[in-house]
Amino acid sequence: MEPDDRLALYRTMVLIRTYEESILREYHADKKPAFDIGAGLIPGEMHLAAGQEPVAAGVCAHLTADDAVTATHRPHHFAIAHGVDLERMTAEIFGRVDGLGRGRGGHMHLFDPATHFSCSGIIAEGYPPAVGQALAFQRRGTDRVAVAVTGEGAANQGAFHEALNLAALWKLPVVFVVEDNDWGISVPRSASTCVTSNALRAGGYGIPGERVEDNSVEAVHAAAGTAIKRARAGEGPSLIEVHTLRLWGHFEGDAQGYRSDLEGVPGRDPLPTYEKQLRAAGVLHDSGDITVASIAAQARDRVEAAIEFAKRSPEPDPATALDHVFARA
Amino acid sequence: MTLTDASASSSAPAQRKLSTAKAMVEAIAQEMERDEDVFVLGEDVGAYGGIFSSTTGLLEKFGPRRVLDTPISETAFIGAAIGAAVEGMRPVVELMFVDFFGVCMDQIYNHMAKIHFESGGNVTVPMVLTAAVGGGYSDGAQHSQCLWGTFAHLPGMKVVAPSNPADAKGLMTAAIRDDNPVVYLFHKGVMGLPWMAKNRRSVGPVPEGEHLVPIGKANVVRPGSDVTVVTLSLSVHHALDVAEELAQQGVDCEVVDLRSVVPLDTETILESVGRTGRLLVVDEDYLSFGVSGEIIARVAERDPGLLRAPAARVAVPDVPIPYARPLEYAVLPTPDRIRRAVLGLVGA
Repeated sequence: MEPDDRLALYRTMVLIRTYEESILREYHADKKPAFDIGAGLIPGEMHLAAGQEPVAAGVCAHLTADDAVTATHRPHHFAIAHGVDLERMTAEIFGRVDGLGRGRGGHMHLFDPATHFSCSGIIAEGYPPAVGQALAFQRRGTDRVAVAVTGEGAANQGAFHEALNLAALWKLPVVFVVEDNDWGISVPRSASTCVTSNALRAGGYGIPGERVEDNSVEAVHAAAGTAIKRARAGEGPSLIEVHTLRLWGHFEGDAQGYRSDLEGVPGRDPLPTYEKQLRAAGVLHDSGDITVASIAAQARDRVEAAIEFAKRSPEPDPATALDHVFARA
Repeated sequence: MTLTDASASSSAPAQRKLSTAKAMVEAIAQEMERDEDVFVLGEDVGAYGGIFSSTTGLLEKFGPRRVLDTPISETAFIGAAIGAAVEGMRPVVELMFVDFFGVCMDQIYNHMAKIHFESGGNVTVPMVLTAAVGGGYSDGAQHSQCLWGTFAHLPGMKVVAPSNPADAKGLMTAAIRDDNPVVYLFHKGVMGLPWMAKNRRSVGPVPEGEHLVPIGKANVVRPGSDVTVVTLSLSVHHALDVAEELAQQGVDCEVVDLRSVVPLDTETILESVGRTGRLLVVDEDYLSFGVSGEIIARVAERDPGLLRAPAARVAVPDVPIPYARPLEYAVLPTPDRIRRAVLGLVGA
């Protein structure tokens, strides 16, 4: 890969991680000493994606705002990598009036028509709408693609299989992405899924399936590049599974008492790994115009600005609680 | 009651007569001609023409690019319609029997019905979900329900149910042009199908050109002074038959065809009850927690003084639809049950 492309992947991963760390801080800061899930600046459940940055960064590097992404209940990394407006996304997470959904959606229900981004709190159910977006793209004779994301636990849902079959049948420009972080909340993959790789399931629908084993952003980038090129060329869907890593709990507040692999987890963090790799290759430096510190500082500035924007934005007027059930006919 | 009266919704002169099924298809075809973004998908909507003739002839006219037979994968193809609608297309997607909603309800109520709200109004989902409803032909508990109350209970989707050919065309046109998801429920018993006992008003005059029936506007299909019978879909015809019969005994029924469950035309109901002072709701859906209770609640909330007698209802008494003919007809809102309820209200 070209140094600029590698740097871009690194920047995206740093931005995502910085964002997740900041959200984590804001989420917990006002819930102390007792953890009250509905209280504080960010109410409700919070699912963070630290460790899974390579998947979003590697896939979305091939997309433009004209392409569609349907993400999961753990959506921030894909939203950021796909270019969703960080300020309005953050305002939505804070439940503010300037949020993407004017405070109606929350962190699991982000909708951004400008980048054709959406996500869903229901396992696997973002797959069928992505198939429909791809159908619209195909019908209009464009080379746009739709990317549908699930976790490995969702690969056992009916929607997953129905969507793969339909997309393969109609040769739609969809790329199905499975983030295998080994855990469906507390249930390990070994207790939920009968195949070792969900990429094998693609074969059942006659489409290419590839598993990326080592959570490497460049390996994801390569696999996604092939799949997206194929989709743009009208050759139909593909599936990519990435064996990734959930660094933190399923949700914030999850003590992970069920998890036996925690000890070795920090050592598998993809961000320092990639940083080391880029330093060794001479792409990242500690001096000059672009440094590790300057990339980190830029990310911090953007995230801080987004959080400030969210905090400045008013809460929605209760009198508007019934708005937006129906569009005007 | 004449054929013309049964479709009082049509203001334009209408000589030509169509079955409800053909009127519905005509609306879809005219909208497909008008708007390239309208397309049809579902099980057996192509060469078969729809199990209940709801898409007959569309494949021949528009080809397989715009009339898509799908696999038996309701979650996938209804979800696909949602995705296409989000991208600005206007799909008409058929869920064959409404009873099948269980296999795809997540896409319907967590996605189709919620995306507009969750996006704070920034995303619209302009699609029509059609399904056949209703019993009366021994198709059993999994193929005979109406369930409009179930969809109406969940916010975010409009719900319409035409009773006659002209309304079938007008409501379909309005549904396709609506920027919201519209659930369009057609009763097999009003479609005018050659293989099913036909209601005599299932063939009627239909305006030829553009014809719209606004969603959310009920129709007073028979004016009367003694009792208001509020109903929808096939039961409208039972109510009209009973009204004709009782008129000879000096009981004058007003029959209100709701046409739309969401939005519900409360004003027309209140005006009618204001005139008659007596209310009977006839609903082929289940009795409890449904349309009949909702209508009576709205009248009671707004002005219980309108009622000179306690309101009454005829609905399916909270039992799955039975198979055997005498059992099924014991629970359906038959003309006989409606007649007895009306006579009870007027104290006859």
